[in-house]
Amino acid sequence: MKDSIISVQNLKKSYGKHTVLDGLNFEVERGSIFALLGENGAGKTTTVRILATLIQADSGIATIAGYDTHRESESVKQKISLTGQYASVDELLTGEENLVMMGRLNHLSSNTVKKRTAELLDQFELTNAAKKRVKTYSGGMRRRLDIAISLLASPQVIFLDEPTTGLDPRSRRNMWNLIQQLAKNGVTIFLTTQYLEEADQLADKIAVIDSGKMVEEGTAEELKRMIGDEKVELTFDNAKEFQQASELLQGQVSEVEQRISIPAGSPESLRKLLNTLHEHGIEPSSVNFRKPTLDDVFMDITSRKRKEQSVHA
Amino acid sequence: MRKSKFYWALSDGWTMSGRSLKHIFREPESLLMAIGLPVAIMVMFVYIFGGAIETGTEYVNYVVPGVIITCAGFGSSLIAISVTQDMVGGLFERLRSMPLLPSSLMVGHVTGGFIRNAIATTVIFLVAILIGFRPSAGLLEWLGIIGLLALFMFSLNWLFVAIGLITKSVETANAATFPMLFLPYVSSAFVPTETMPTWLHAFADNQPMTPLIETLRGLLIGTPIGNNAWLTILWFGSLLIISFILSVVIFKRKKKE
Repeated sequence: MKDSIISVQNLKKSYGKHTVLDGLNFEVERGSIFALLGENGAGKTTTVRILATLIQADSGIATIAGYDTHRESESVKQKISLTGQYASVDELLTGEENLVMMGRLNHLSSNTVKKRTAELLDQFELTNAAKKRVKTYSGGMRRRLDIAISLLASPQVIFLDEPTTGLDPRSRRNMWNLIQQLAKNGVTIFLTTQYLEEADQLADKIAVIDSGKMVEEGTAEELKRMIGDEKVELTFDNAKEFQQASELLQGQVSEVEQRISIPAGSPESLRKLLNTLHEHGIEPSSVNFRKPTLDDVFMDITSRKRKEQSVHA
Repeated sequence: MRKSKFYWALSDGWTMSGRSLKHIFREPESLLMAIGLPVAIMVMFVYIFGGAIETGTEYVNYVVPGVIITCAGFGSSLIAISVTQDMVGGLFERLRSMPLLPSSLMVGHVTGGFIRNAIATTVIFLVAILIGFRPSAGLLEWLGIIGLLALFMFSLNWLFVAIGLITKSVETANAATFPMLFLPYVSSAFVPTETMPTWLHAFADNQPMTPLIETLRGLLIGTPIGNNAWLTILWFGSLLIISFILSVVIFKRKKKE
């Protein structure tokens, strides 16, 4: 029996004539990492804002731990924390002062504030910078402080809206480690991202949304499987040989790059493939194996859905 | 640990005020601006224009209430900028996702702004005395002055909180501070209103700054006050109530967006 902590049913939201969410449905399992994946403007932030009780949906139901995010927002607020796209830290205060201030605003006792502040500074490797003003922090440090603040009141669900947007690759890796650590402690993490690699690395379950609708949902593996198997990519220098090869082989042909992609299949079929080329005196300039990435999944799904829509329209 | 809502409202307001206080001293630019600008205006009027202006008293004695009002008004208007900064940055959003009254954010700005203004006006009074200002006010008059200035500052502070909540960018909030720099000029702050053209005279006589300045002047150097004190309390008392309600309403509406 699945134990879901977030449940969203037929959520709709529009601003004037512009529909942002168009009947969104999903469930998030307790203690899992859930990634909402989509391009800019797909409706990711709006979803998070509704779940975090900041705005109200036009229709549909969203509950967290059984509480309605609109009618029982006070109870929901006790269970969640939100870290928005822009670090909401106070630049003029030190890291420690930021934590203490937010701890007080979370209505923790002064002993708890002190204890949690020290713990979190340590956990997020900010102890050395604790007495420095946030103004002097790097982007990665700000993000870490921001997340540390969101953990002060030990929430059950953490919303991270694009937690690594604008970070350099190393800070991004660190952030990933950190998020994985948090999940190990049993917190449910709801993150939005436009990076497929990020969802692939972190999420137990991925929901792909486009124009306010869920287009696909599943584990990273499931999504990749939809796209199919590993491919062999053959690239040719010689235009004539490329033409000849593309007539002989059945695969996806890229004219511009003079490349043919074919499902890899078994060693036997691979040998046949290369033999066929050899018999015709064709030598590919390079042979690559490529596993499908989530990018492929994403491109494939969104373009397919758009085509369907234009057919119906 | 369950304490009453009222306790937490006070506690949150106190925490946010503490933050605003830290801001005053860590970003001394705005404090310096709030003091430096009025001092420059005062010195300019006293030494450059003052000699040519006929007011019936020493010009420095005449001009101090106007300078104080310019200082306090401008100081209050800076609140709009910091409120907008919190709205544009993520702080406001985060507070709203937490189980507390986010209006404590507004309380923090109002209190912080008040303290900054209190510091700035005190400095201006001291500079004024240095350049020859000699008030004749006794203890009661000073209490009256402090009371009126507090009313003025709180009403403007809430007005600029409301403006800060409406404006969408820090630049716009910045622009909203300009009227406060100019409004005192079209009053009896620097020159007697009788010297203005008739149409402007009528505006200057009837805008809220004039009764306030006349009352302050009366309390400070003993010029006649007449019904200006009541007019002032009426004007700024209403402004305080309206701005406060306006801020709360705008604040609540933000939630539905």
